[in-house]
Amino acid sequence: MSMSNPTLESLENEISEINFEQIKKKQRLKSFAKGMLFLLPSIVLFGAFLFYPLFKTIYLSFFLTNAQGETTVFVGLQNYIDMFASPVFQQSMKSTFLFVLYTVPTTVVIALFLAVLANEKLKGIGLFRTIFSSTMGISVAAASVFWLYMFHPSIGFLNKMLEIFGIDAIGWLTDPKWALLAVSATTIWMNLGFTFLILLGGLQSIDSYLYESADIDGASYFYKLRRITIPMLSPTLFFVITVTIINAFQTFGQIDILTQGGPQNTTNLIVYSIYREAFANYQFGTASAQSIVLFIIILVMTVLQFKLGERKVHYQ
Amino acid sequence: MTVPISRKILFYILLMISALVIFAPVIMAFVMSFMDNKDIMTGSLPQTLSFDNYVKAFEKFPLLKYLFNSLVVALVITFGQLVLSSLAAYAFVFLEFKGRDFLFFLFIATMMVPFEASIIPNFHIIRDLGWIDKYLGLTVPFFAMAFGTFLLRQNYKQIPKELREASLIEGMGDFKFFLKVVLPVSKTSLVTLGAYGFLTSWNMYLWPLLSTTNDTVRTVQIGLKQLQNQEQLNDWGMIMAGAIIVIIPTLVLLFLGQKKLQKGLTEGAIK
Repeated sequence: MSMSNPTLESLENEISEINFEQIKKKQRLKSFAKGMLFLLPSIVLFGAFLFYPLFKTIYLSFFLTNAQGETTVFVGLQNYIDMFASPVFQQSMKSTFLFVLYTVPTTVVIALFLAVLANEKLKGIGLFRTIFSSTMGISVAAASVFWLYMFHPSIGFLNKMLEIFGIDAIGWLTDPKWALLAVSATTIWMNLGFTFLILLGGLQSIDSYLYESADIDGASYFYKLRRITIPMLSPTLFFVITVTIINAFQTFGQIDILTQGGPQNTTNLIVYSIYREAFANYQFGTASAQSIVLFIIILVMTVLQFKLGERKVHYQ
Repeated sequence: MTVPISRKILFYILLMISALVIFAPVIMAFVMSFMDNKDIMTGSLPQTLSFDNYVKAFEKFPLLKYLFNSLVVALVITFGQLVLSSLAAYAFVFLEFKGRDFLFFLFIATMMVPFEASIIPNFHIIRDLGWIDKYLGLTVPFFAMAFGTFLLRQNYKQIPKELREASLIEGMGDFKFFLKVVLPVSKTSLVTLGAYGFLTSWNMYLWPLLSTTNDTVRTVQIGLKQLQNQEQLNDWGMIMAGAIIVIIPTLVLLFLGQKKLQKGLTEGAIK
């Protein structure tokens, strides 16, 4: 008996372990199925309208296509080689980067100025906050129509103002020197609402204790702005800057309504260039190659945002 | 903390100037929408004000149809986004299963793919499905949304785990717990996300431009482009009337929900 007892026990142990393992496995399978059930709708749609199209775009970029978008001839990297050699595409890239340079810093600086103003505890400040954020609710089509009038060569508000000061009328949207700036101005105006709203949120989440102790030390307004507000706001600022850059690279609507890429392709920003190449010229191969360039730019920006953003938040 | 009077005045002056500059294009458009075309062309101050431009815009263009289409599209997208995001967020917070971390990474990865970069195959998919000029083509591609999932995930995380444990003892299944406890608790976030979804879908431009070829499901944004395009006569009063109609729903939504939107967006964005 004393000999068999331990073996029996170990046998029992083994059986229960097997059962336990099986149950655990079953449980795991069940919880996996349940998790998938909750996630499946999103996964299916992401697959169909995001991941599959992305790989299809990469695939298409190595081919020539017919007008239906079916691949005809495999050309390897030729689309990319042609694209980078094309003066139209070079102009498009140049305009896109200039556009980012014109819009992003200006948007963030003006929005920050507005947010600092609107963060004061004054009577009726709610109304100003609403007005400052209002452009967020204005669609790109409506905003472009408003500015189309502002830029109108003869009846537009801007040229009327110039007339009062005796300055010659400017062809805001038809002069290659001005068109990109005009589109940039429209874009800055459109983006102010969103940027302002996020920055105001960032300002409001700064601990008021910091200001109170600075007040006790007799710190000046600008000292507090420089030493407390800006550093504490840096994660929000960083987020806003990357989002504005990404948005700038995706600009389309205002180009379509204001300039259609002209004059002399100076406002042919990358998304508009893709749109024209694909849906006006039916060159889906080259349009796909351009899409991949856009994708890589956005990818780098997003990764940068995650990597650096994380560090900044931890720092705080 | 008292603010000195002189600084108060300075702030008010700056606030008012900024507000005026920012709102000027909207104010001008609003005034022009009531003006006679002759006054607009000569640049004089309005001599007469009337609703003529609005009447004309509705008579000459199927604006009502466009508005209805936009409303349907925006509501369907908003609803779809809320359902899919809340389900996905639930899985990421309350369910533990193999591959969850990988799927979460996949959701993050979707934020790196701009829709504009994959627009060509997307257009072909919709065309091959026969979804051109259908509400389906305008809405379904936008249901899945990483941002919404993250926003709700942040919110769900604040629900105490004890609540789920208690519900388990009562024998409450996951789906029931999701419907009865999680959704009501996260109502505020859902409303915020819904408002944001409505705003962005109402204002969509590139996709409706591509996926509609006639008036059956065309949205009001594209209608506005046409209004502006076909009016070679420079009927600015009518164009502005159209633009004002387009922005009213979203401006009202923004005015009502500005505080919540600000809080919600900041939370989803920063944390």
